[in-house]
Amino acid sequence: MLDSKVPAGPLAEKWSKHKFNLKLVNPANKRKYTIIVVGTGLAGSSAAASLAELGYNVKAFCYQDSPRRAHSIAAQGGINAAKNYQNDGDSVYRLFYDTIKGGDYRAREANVYRLAEVSVNIIDQCVAQGVPFAREYGGLLDNRSFGGAQVSRTFYARGQTGQQLLLGAYSALNRQINKGKVTMYNRHEMLDLVTIDGHARGIITRNMVTGAIESHEGHAVLLCTGGYGNVFFLSTNAMGCNVTAAWRAHKRGAFFGNPCYTQIHPTCIPVTGDHQSKLTLMSESLRNDGRVWVPKTVELAQKLRKGEIKISDIKEADRDYYLERKYPSFGNLVPRDVASRNAKEVVDEGRGVGASGIAVFLDFEDAIKRLGEDTVRAKYGNLFDMYYQITDENPYKQPMRIYPAVHYTMGGLWVDYNLMTTVPGLYALGECNFSDHGANRLGASALMQGLADGYFVIPYTVGDYLAGLGFDPVDKNHPNFEKTRKEVEDNVRKLLSLKGSKTVDDIHKKLGHIMWEYCGMARNEVGLTKAKGLIQELRKEFWSDVTVLGENEEMNQSLEKAGRVADFLELGELMVDDALNRRESCGGHFREESQTEEGEAKRDDKNFRYVAAWEYKGENQPEVLHKEPLEFENVKLTQRSYK
Amino acid sequence: MSGNMNLTLKVWRQKNDKTRGKFITYQANNISPDMSFLEMLDVVNEELVRKGEDPIHFDHDCREGICGMCSLHINGRPHGPKQGTTTCQLHMRSFHDGQTIVIEPWRAAAFPVIKDLAVDRSAFDRIQQAGGYINVNTGGVPDANSIPIPKVIADEAFESATCISCGACVAACKNASAMLFVSAKISQYALLPQGQTERYSRAQAMVAQMDAEGFGSCTNTGACEAECPVGIKLTNIARMNREYLTAKLFKEEEPH
Repeated sequence: MLDSKVPAGPLAEKWSKHKFNLKLVNPANKRKYTIIVVGTGLAGSSAAASLAELGYNVKAFCYQDSPRRAHSIAAQGGINAAKNYQNDGDSVYRLFYDTIKGGDYRAREANVYRLAEVSVNIIDQCVAQGVPFAREYGGLLDNRSFGGAQVSRTFYARGQTGQQLLLGAYSALNRQINKGKVTMYNRHEMLDLVTIDGHARGIITRNMVTGAIESHEGHAVLLCTGGYGNVFFLSTNAMGCNVTAAWRAHKRGAFFGNPCYTQIHPTCIPVTGDHQSKLTLMSESLRNDGRVWVPKTVELAQKLRKGEIKISDIKEADRDYYLERKYPSFGNLVPRDVASRNAKEVVDEGRGVGASGIAVFLDFEDAIKRLGEDTVRAKYGNLFDMYYQITDENPYKQPMRIYPAVHYTMGGLWVDYNLMTTVPGLYALGECNFSDHGANRLGASALMQGLADGYFVIPYTVGDYLAGLGFDPVDKNHPNFEKTRKEVEDNVRKLLSLKGSKTVDDIHKKLGHIMWEYCGMARNEVGLTKAKGLIQELRKEFWSDVTVLGENEEMNQSLEKAGRVADFLELGELMVDDALNRRESCGGHFREESQTEEGEAKRDDKNFRYVAAWEYKGENQPEVLHKEPLEFENVKLTQRSYK
Repeated sequence: MSGNMNLTLKVWRQKNDKTRGKFITYQANNISPDMSFLEMLDVVNEELVRKGEDPIHFDHDCREGICGMCSLHINGRPHGPKQGTTTCQLHMRSFHDGQTIVIEPWRAAAFPVIKDLAVDRSAFDRIQQAGGYINVNTGGVPDANSIPIPKVIADEAFESATCISCGACVAACKNASAMLFVSAKISQYALLPQGQTERYSRAQAMVAQMDAEGFGSCTNTGACEAECPVGIKLTNIARMNREYLTAKLFKEEEPH
């Protein structure tokens, strides 16, 4: 049975009471424990630094050449916190409420409340570290508003908030490396989890420079390895982002929660051709001042696409600001899932823009008139530059073209209130877990969750587990280390023996097409069923006809890619299974069979008010579904409305 | 497609840091001007793999110009011909049909080649570890708004903090100096009130580590500033020199 371990009592007191009830590890005993942290984004770096500060020995791993390059670095817009510095009605409860509602009532109340509660500490911590947030002339912190909220609670550092927050956490990590409390392993990729008597006791890694397959032991293992958006091939994730660590843990007993919940971000630069390797996000903050529109009629859109008319030829009355029209109270700041689906709708109607017709406009003409070009530049300069660089079009002079792209995965390893997975001693933090965003994440909440988990949750909860263990060092001679290491070596050898006619990217692109077509912004029974068969065939094709070059004992990017795609090919099928099972629409999961008369996502609370947690049962065996019912004691479930 | 280009690439190939490298010539055909430079290399690599040849190894990750993982010396310039951009954000419209492009790794003793175009920049991490932080533990810090910081100071600190640690400054410098990189971090903290208590020990510790890593000296040529993809200013180096000199002359203490 799944036990979420959510403490009893009133919502606002749960975390305080729980902290008191958690067992502590004596300061002098903390150095007897080693904790493994995989991934050094916001969750991983903050966890590794905080745990080392407490006195634990930490081993941290990242696949990049430096921990500072983890993909949190690319987060642009900001970080939410219920500081209410703007005196505009914000509170912990309101942030909690907005997040639960934004997630379409598919997240755990207690986790989300805790997230909102510790959000205020995050900002204090980051400022103390020297994170240069945007400020007002009076010297105090500035805020802006973000999608799904009617208050200004987003703290930011121009369009580079993720970078500045990660560099803050990286600096804290560096301090502990310097003190010898953290041992850092760059260019190491986790390839498996070692369990002993059902408990997580270590990991197997590959040194990406020498190829050495190594065992690392620890009393607990923290996976902070991000999301799995790259299953779609094209996404806003970094090229190296992958599911391997989480997937291997899943195969060792960690349940996977809500794998089908994917966030398709509404404002990305559209695809230009088959050569495209990744997609670039334009921060949601742009929707504060940019207005989204398409031509009112298909005829006008066609003329524009063919170049028969210019954008400026389209009169104001012939422009459809469809978000402002349909959602007058939230306008362009509706949540991401709503904005994305509406973009798809107008494009499907034939009113899209750009040469391909698969884009909508994000227009700053009014903002520039109202605020002046300098103010717009100060707010969004780096984003405008990035857009210009990529598209060769000047967004100060003509509207941006944008289209939704895969951005974030709300699903992830199932964790309890302590962030522990179903494998004792194995934790999942940040995007890697499923816990706080329900079926749709609000903008500026990913940074908040990553840092909340790392700075303010795990330092308390991991102690409770360790305190029950005793002080014995982990037995690194236990046969399970050798056994798991051998399995990893065999898998590497198997991959390197593949000498077919397809490249790994050929297969990955095919998988991406299947996922985007059938398990993307809109899903239905027929399409999903078809996708399941296609993925199974593709997996066979991979293992029979792909080619992987080179040898293990060197830097080998072919091998790295192949291992990751092999795991995506398994995960993809589970995502489809989960999407098939959830015959309701909620947040980013839109089942065409379940919509309101107005075409909005229609939940089925009677039958699907639960977290789907999937248990791995072996090679080519159907996974078993476990359900964690979601109880809502504080908010009333309603049909989300942003009108 | 019309407008597509055929290019000749001369690419540095080197199996590892123990073996000698050399330039190998490849053809990159039918390249769209809308491709990024790295996507062009992806196309070349896909062809190599189909032929059973080891693809060209290069570091890259976010492909949004922010992670700092991509590098490449392109026709003699770090991150290529366009100013203020990383290689991943450099697009092929900056080149023309029939052009020959020479692609090399960063060249610096402190950045040994790992394979082909990928180099080891862990020296940068070690410099940061030596003192690139403020000594605060998680928790127990004051309210964020209890430290007002004038907007101009915060903005200036931010400008220094935007360094992406790519190493282009080192690659551009005839002395392979890391001064622009180190000074950006020292400046960020020297400007902010939070950084004051340790500003002199920090400058000493980071400079000492920089020297230990084997980076060259600064001779104020300014190539680093010209090639920096995120516009880190030379004034940071001036500030670092002042911090370091003040520390050495008046505030010498044991680096923590």
